[in-house]
Amino acid sequence: MRFGFYRAALAASVAFCVSAPASATDLEVTHWWTSGGEAAAVAEFAKAFDATGNKWVDGAIAGSGDTARPIMISRITGGDPMGATQFNHGRQAEELVQEGLMRDLTDLATKEEWAKLINPPTLLQNCTLDGKIYCVPVNIHSWQWIWLSNKAFADAGVPVPTNWDEFVAAAPALEKAGKVPLALGKQAWQESGALNVLMAAIVGPETFLKVYKDKDETVAAGADIAKVFKAADDARKMAVNSNVQNWNEATAMVINGQAGGQIMGDWAQGEFQVAGQVAGKDYTCLPGLGLNAVIATGGDAFYFPKVDNADISAAQETLAHVMLSPETQVAFNLKKGSLPVRGDVDLTAANDCMKKGLEILAAGKTMQWTDELISPDTTQQMNDLMAEFFSTPTITPEDAQKRFAEIIAKAD
Amino acid sequence: MSAATRPSKLFKNLNAKIASIPMILTALCVFVGGTTWTVVYSFTDSKLLPRLRFVGIEQYERLWASQRWIVSIENLAIYGILSLVFSLVIGFLLAALLDQKIRFEDTFRTIFLYPFALSFIVTGLVWQWILNPQFGVQGIVRGLGWESFSFDPLYNADIVIYGIMIAGLWQGTGLVMCLMLAGLRGIDEDIWKAARVDGIPMWKTYLFIVIPMMRPVFITTLVIIASGIVKLYDLVVAQTGGGPGNASEVPAKYVYEFMFRAQNLGQGFAASTMMLLTVAIIVVPWAYLEFGRRR
Repeated sequence: MRFGFYRAALAASVAFCVSAPASATDLEVTHWWTSGGEAAAVAEFAKAFDATGNKWVDGAIAGSGDTARPIMISRITGGDPMGATQFNHGRQAEELVQEGLMRDLTDLATKEEWAKLINPPTLLQNCTLDGKIYCVPVNIHSWQWIWLSNKAFADAGVPVPTNWDEFVAAAPALEKAGKVPLALGKQAWQESGALNVLMAAIVGPETFLKVYKDKDETVAAGADIAKVFKAADDARKMAVNSNVQNWNEATAMVINGQAGGQIMGDWAQGEFQVAGQVAGKDYTCLPGLGLNAVIATGGDAFYFPKVDNADISAAQETLAHVMLSPETQVAFNLKKGSLPVRGDVDLTAANDCMKKGLEILAAGKTMQWTDELISPDTTQQMNDLMAEFFSTPTITPEDAQKRFAEIIAKAD
Repeated sequence: MSAATRPSKLFKNLNAKIASIPMILTALCVFVGGTTWTVVYSFTDSKLLPRLRFVGIEQYERLWASQRWIVSIENLAIYGILSLVFSLVIGFLLAALLDQKIRFEDTFRTIFLYPFALSFIVTGLVWQWILNPQFGVQGIVRGLGWESFSFDPLYNADIVIYGIMIAGLWQGTGLVMCLMLAGLRGIDEDIWKAARVDGIPMWKTYLFIVIPMMRPVFITTLVIIASGIVKLYDLVVAQTGGGPGNASEVPAKYVYEFMFRAQNLGQGFAASTMMLLTVAIIVVPWAYLEFGRRR
């Protein structure tokens, strides 16, 4: 505690000295967008913010959100907050908000009428705690996609599947052609993500919510979820030869035709874009694995830590404004491969896959995702279980399901 | 100086005592204070931020029900025992060999000690490449024509911890060797001469005369190796990230991940308290025997 105080005092005094020349304010923004497509997208934010006369100081932290979030959180709780920081909205920053470490944006939100702009409204609800708004949603990301390499299937001499079952059936042909049927990075979040996608696709959003929202352990132990673990077992067998770690390395396997497909969120699309591939021609995307075309409206949001500095506060407001402006939303989301948070922007430049997503969004077929439903603690337990399951062929789907139900029973 | 004017024991070596006050305070505040704080908060349901809401031993029940924690403890036990034995044996053997008045002793000493100058992260990454089946040892041996050769410890859940131990030994034995060598050099030449006169074979001299005389050196080495074992973390992170699956998890990594990634301080504190308890169970009786006896 002592050190916390000194550090805060030190940070405050440094901030005070720096703030003397007022016009252009440097605002440090931390995020974990470091892959090719992501970096291109975040550059759009920086460009738009710099155009307002301020300066975007890029604080990219490599190594996925799991690595970045502890660093961000300890900077905020340690009294050395950045100007703005990315989180997945939902429950990751919940306690920071409760402790009053994050800035209340309600005034700005009312002035700019975010409630009317932001679609679907659940996005803003996820930023709201006790009626106050604490974050700016910047995109809609959905996990429920499978990305298929048209080249891999052509090489194997089988048609590109239209759903998960056909994909599983095509796996032996792919293997015979020397391909890895399913590319899967060996990181726990990717493995538990794949399980959740399978769950949403196979049993549908209702049962998914019974498990994750109502934390109903009898459903989690029941026959429906048993089908999900059976499918996860298939996925495990198909991904046996996938020896990569990062998600974009797995995506690269799909891009160059080494692998048949990858279950990954729509951020993978940015990678296809950077590689110059065309949706429908070089690769195929199936929302909801072709079984259940519903998308989750998770995504990224920016939070603004409380700072005692009028210049930085003003710059924070400018950044929030810029991020939601229609031009930035279009430029950013096209590069990122995600959907814009405003319903009123023009996305004629969107590609095939994004259009599929927009259609589903327009039809209102959306659902909540785990970031909003379960705490980071439960997520970690899920990740541990799935990491073990995917790397240990001796764990049967039944055992894994039993342990899954135990986690759900104690979940919060 | 007469007995009457002899200063009280408290003021003996006064300068030294004043000089050590800052260290005593640091030790009390940081180590004892921090430890107590951690233990107290391990009985709460603190999530992202510490909160004093007591939940009894719930965190400990969950800890011992967690498969990952059990695996971590087993891994630490295997790594600990084996690396303790091997680094002592290899370190001593290297030192004894170097002590035979060989040529280029300085060169060998530098080579053996060099890995110790690298951080665990670098060591881990280097060995990750060496043990990689495609590019490392396995790839080279297969390239030489032995097609069925298989050596991929980091990708096999059953033996991954041994792969980590190899890297740990490579890094740590150099230091053990140096400590042992210093100990050997401290042994009086005359003892060797006497042993030779008595016709005692060299291995017996080492085993029954030299090693017992080197007891203080062995204790220092033991403490250094043991503390390195308990804090094992960065090597695992760099080499395997805890994988495949959870097969190479270690307690320190569990603590870190639950405190910061899972935003569950209570669980992390409970795990670190268990680590402290394990160390205490081993160290306290030993320290009692070692230091208590002399009084």
